[in-house]
Amino acid sequence: MVKRFLILLVLVFFVIMLLPLVSDIQPQTELNPLAKKYVKDGPDELGSANLVTSVIVTYRGLDTLGEVAVLFIATAGVGFMLRRRKGSKTNPQKKRESSEILQTGTALLTPLIFLFGIYIFLHGHLTPGGGFQGGVVIASAILLSMLSFPQSEINHKILNAIESLSGVLYLVIGILGIYLAAGFLDNRILPLGDFGRLFSAGAIPVIYSLIGLKVGSELVGILDSMQRSDS
Amino acid sequence: MINGIIIVLGIIMIASAFMAIYMRSLLSSIIAAGVISLLASIIYLLLAAPDVAMTEAAIGSGLTTVVFLYAFNKVKGRGEDNHG
Repeated sequence: MVKRFLILLVLVFFVIMLLPLVSDIQPQTELNPLAKKYVKDGPDELGSANLVTSVIVTYRGLDTLGEVAVLFIATAGVGFMLRRRKGSKTNPQKKRESSEILQTGTALLTPLIFLFGIYIFLHGHLTPGGGFQGGVVIASAILLSMLSFPQSEINHKILNAIESLSGVLYLVIGILGIYLAAGFLDNRILPLGDFGRLFSAGAIPVIYSLIGLKVGSELVGILDSMQRSDS
Repeated sequence: MINGIIIVLGIIMIASAFMAIYMRSLLSSIIAAGVISLLASIIYLLLAAPDVAMTEAAIGSGLTTVVFLYAFNKVKGRGEDNHG
């Protein structure tokens, strides 16, 4: 009873605390100065048709680097906690074969989803989406094939190689920006090209492809270690 | 029009949030939690944020649900789950 009352009290306090925030809200009629600068100068400065991408990859590139680092640490944690014990190579109980429909559908769909993921991160500077989204779509393609062929093994050497190589290259491009352009993670180390073309916006497509590969391989690593862990 | 759709989607989201908490079977709770993310991604799309919508649809309703299902498979059969 006392516990219930205390919970209620905390909830009421929370409402009182948050009420001013809700009641004082006023719809903004114009962009704030920083956003205005991004919107006005972004397309000319960085040559990316998708403004969100130019903010994420270049203006706020350091934050993206932080996000990638967070995901990397999460993957490392999952891999450490769910590591396979030596000796028990395969799970003792044999997994059930998946149905014919799932297998056929997977064989048809996996390459298409894979291609779609690559499309998303290659066109990150032109259309909505980017490295993270593309990487997740690639991971979901591999998840589909993991579900329908549970016996198949994923080559961890290749996965780790892709992941670490793309991470290192991402940093190298960032550091190149200090010497060849205005600062860390500046995309103008490559020519900006024609606005709206595939090969434009400097290093943004390269960076996003690397992020896509890194995110995809990390998520596949997480899913694989969750599926394989014997506990 | 769009406001109406968003309000309806929000109501369904709240309903499925309660379903996720009060469902008897853990599997239904996982599915309800996935439904929340799917509807959230539709709302993001209606509010003209396709980038966020893609992330939410792929991670929130796709991968997170699968991770929950793997975890559910692991804990299944260890202890009873009858306090709904």
